[in-house]
Amino acid sequence: MNQAASEFLRMLPFLVAAWLFVVGLYGIVTSRHLVHLIMCLVVVQTSTYLLLLGVGYKIGAAAPIFADIPVGTPAVDPVTHALMLTDIVVEATVMALLLALAIQAEERAGSVDPEQLRIMRG
Amino acid sequence: MNYQARTALFIVSGLGFLCFYIWGLHGLPGLGHYPGPYGNLINSLTVYERHATDAVTAVNFDYRGFDTLGEEFILFASVMGANLLLRKQKDDREEDPPLDRAQDRVVPPTSDAIRVTGLALVLPIVVFGLYTISHGQLTPGGGFQGGVILASMPLIIYLCGDYKAFDRVTSHVLSEVTEAVGAGGYAVAGLISIAFGLNYLTNFIPLGQTGDVLSSGTILLISVLTGLEVAGGLVVLMIAFFRQTLVYRKADDESRGQDEPSRQ
Amino acid sequence: MNHFLPASPVAVPLSIAALLAAVNQHIPRRLADALAMAASLWSVIACLWLLMKSSHGLMVYWMGGWAPRNGAAIGISFTIDPLGAGAAAFASFLVFVALVFSAHYFDSVGTIFHVLMLAFLGAMCGFSLTGDIFNLFVFFELMSAAAFALCGYKTEESGPIQGALNFAVTNTIGAFMALSGIGLLYGRTGALNMAQIGKSLGQTHDGLVVAAFVMITCGFLVKAALVPFHFWLADAHAVAPTPVCVLFSGIMVELGLYAVARVYWTMFHGALAQFEAQTRAIFVSLGVLTAIVGALMSFAQRHIKRLLAYSTISHTGLMLVAFAMLAHGALAGLALYVLGHGLLKGALFLSAGILLHHLGSIDELNLRGKGREAIRASGLMLFLALGLSGVPPYGTFLGEALIDSAAEKLHYSWISYIFMFAGIVTAAAVLRVAGRIYFGWGQDLDRSQQDEGETDEGRETSGGQEVPATMFVPTLVLLLLGLGISFIPGLRVKTQAAAMEFMDQGAYQQQVLEHAAPPAYVPPAQESLLPGIIRGIVSTLLALVLAGLVLLPHRLRRGIEGFSGGVSFVLRPLRILHSGHMGDYVAWLTAGVAAIGGLFAYFIH
Repeated sequence: MNQAASEFLRMLPFLVAAWLFVVGLYGIVTSRHLVHLIMCLVVVQTSTYLLLLGVGYKIGAAAPIFADIPVGTPAVDPVTHALMLTDIVVEATVMALLLALAIQAEERAGSVDPEQLRIMRG
Repeated sequence: MNYQARTALFIVSGLGFLCFYIWGLHGLPGLGHYPGPYGNLINSLTVYERHATDAVTAVNFDYRGFDTLGEEFILFASVMGANLLLRKQKDDREEDPPLDRAQDRVVPPTSDAIRVTGLALVLPIVVFGLYTISHGQLTPGGGFQGGVILASMPLIIYLCGDYKAFDRVTSHVLSEVTEAVGAGGYAVAGLISIAFGLNYLTNFIPLGQTGDVLSSGTILLISVLTGLEVAGGLVVLMIAFFRQTLVYRKADDESRGQDEPSRQ
Repeated sequence: MNHFLPASPVAVPLSIAALLAAVNQHIPRRLADALAMAASLWSVIACLWLLMKSSHGLMVYWMGGWAPRNGAAIGISFTIDPLGAGAAAFASFLVFVALVFSAHYFDSVGTIFHVLMLAFLGAMCGFSLTGDIFNLFVFFELMSAAAFALCGYKTEESGPIQGALNFAVTNTIGAFMALSGIGLLYGRTGALNMAQIGKSLGQTHDGLVVAAFVMITCGFLVKAALVPFHFWLADAHAVAPTPVCVLFSGIMVELGLYAVARVYWTMFHGALAQFEAQTRAIFVSLGVLTAIVGALMSFAQRHIKRLLAYSTISHTGLMLVAFAMLAHGALAGLALYVLGHGLLKGALFLSAGILLHHLGSIDELNLRGKGREAIRASGLMLFLALGLSGVPPYGTFLGEALIDSAAEKLHYSWISYIFMFAGIVTAAAVLRVAGRIYFGWGQDLDRSQQDEGETDEGRETSGGQEVPATMFVPTLVLLLLGLGISFIPGLRVKTQAAAMEFMDQGAYQQQVLEHAAPPAYVPPAQESLLPGIIRGIVSTLLALVLAGLVLLPHRLRRGIEGFSGGVSFVLRPLRILHSGHMGDYVAWLTAGVAAIGGLFAYFIH
């Protein structure tokens, strides 16, 4: 029982990441509003952040800033932090681009509902 | 496919994907047991090799600076794209005189307390933003974070004041040029290394003393350029979105902006 | 120079893009065109130089001078091999051609078009040359962001912009899927350099490795538009301006496959080597499904660009089948097929653009009989269509021949029939278009067929009677190159050697991490091309027959009424599935990943 609980906690951030990914996709599939859809895409994105940051964490380690701690102290992995930090800002602007596309779509077709925007049939 | 079919398909495949993903996650070492050499190596090297105490910024702008160049240009391209899409939108809605599409809305007056607070916040935000950018190599910070902080200054002015003040403070042309200079500067800084006979994006500025602001070579330079680019880009986005969605109502005695979803 | 050239295919276009953005409205259009063309031309030259230099061994270039320490990489490397450099060179060439085509094509808003094209170019070059998995992801994102923006470029007309949105959301999900896979790999190996990851993974093939492989591969397969991730491609092509469509179909989609191949051979080959037969079976099935679905959908379209887009999907399915063979000959054939197909598809899109410019429509039925006014464009289309079915001496025939001979050795000789089927149907579709437009054959516009979704497009240019040289010459050049590459001496041998280099995981790791000397690659003896020639000619004749059947005058059609009724019966549910609804696309994407993941999980344990 203890084993299972500690196993669960050991994996918790990753399980949450997996859940967020799927829930975000669910939101996109069942969305009735383009802005909601794009926000669900942001949820999928946060799943990747959680995964990467969880991977780089070390128990009992400090932040990788050596301004006031000596160089040898155990510190978490700075690489994942660096990757995520640029990603957050950049993806915000990509979402802005998608929102601009959504605004355009609404202007053209008069609706933000994907159901009504489906004239690109095959 | 209708709604039910689509949802059913997704629920089945989503659950399947979730199980598959969790099966894969099972192989991870578990939270807190980071195994690998990369992070540890960087942590041991940053201060000695780059005189930078913030390992995250050193990774961002030096060790993996090429990645950050790519990310910067993603920001750049997205901002250009959004700007393009929204700017054209506005052109085809020119009417003379402009129609007030929100005639039934009453603009609640902004309280003086908020306006004063906003005004008082402007300078600290700018200083804090510049501080964050220039101290990125020492403490948590750097171009991206500082740039976002700087870009929040016009936003505070809009939120605490009105669109007219925002318009006066920001300049579309200046923001675009700043953004382009920031992005281009980064790419060109790498080329300068080549002029010194080194590989692209190698450090060519003397490293200075650890702990000083003017240290860690190109990290500071690139941090500043990135800050310019991010701030410029976000302000361009703000201007573009505001112009698209706001109905600017020129009343007789007061001028206020009003949010309104665009409708044909 | 040695320091500059490897980084220049990325540095030069990006710097010039930023420069053009800074001066936006203040320089004349001609100067902007010239600068952009110069940047892309430089990129072509640099990549060709890299191609030549790397045929003697991998070129490893560490950004920022960060060489690995004790076999652990701390910086980002460009690991340049002939196939990667070749892909980058081809991408740069297509961008150059697209820029020439658009020089007088449309009125651009300042220099934004050039900026986005150069950013797109820089991304594609970086994508092909990099040796770091996260760097691959970053350039993938940059390629995508520039592509989304370019897709939204034509905003004057009232066309459906939601095609761009479908494209954007689907590809972004693919990118996040790949990023999750990268996160899994990083969690296990603590490295982001592909050689180091490969070395670190060794031969373990547990759940994490399989999940990472499937997720990264599916992320890139979304870009490569394989079934069931393919729905976005036709929508994006219907929205994007013509020069951009050239790039999408010509190289962007193929780069998705390039990434799958690169990731497989540098990182997962050790782990999955013992499961080659299963991997082959899964990917072949996927490829065959894509080839068939793409070909059928292509035949059913009226909108010429959507028709060509579905034909791209079909050919990409064939390319996946070629990759799935996991053999030198097939990989070399794949490279040549990509080259040949890219040139042909590019030329086809350009001629569609000429038709749109000249006649103001891109609907096949609307344009019936009007082709005589744009004789050069429709004439070109006729010639290009033949290339799709693999008739010699088009480049596609050469690629197909190599792939078929490799497949035979692996007891997969039946795939040559799939190649023939896809080639025949896609070529017949374009032949039908050419025949209808130029000769005026076939049925007139049937008003009862109105409920077909998007079938036409507004003008992209101001139109005109004259077809400017900047539009015609690039099309002709691409056509001639498509014909001519088969005649390059020693091309097959060199490509085979390059393929062997690409697939050699051990040598890759040693050269990147330990500065080892490159081994020499001796390609096997070249086989006769005669079976390929016969196959190509037979396919082309059958394509002509099929196109002819469809274009027959009404009284002769009664004989094949039943046949065409059966075909519509099959096509109808397929067309209903391609609904244009974003939720459908994402549901199918998830289903695809779950299915592929399930299959791999079942076979690899």
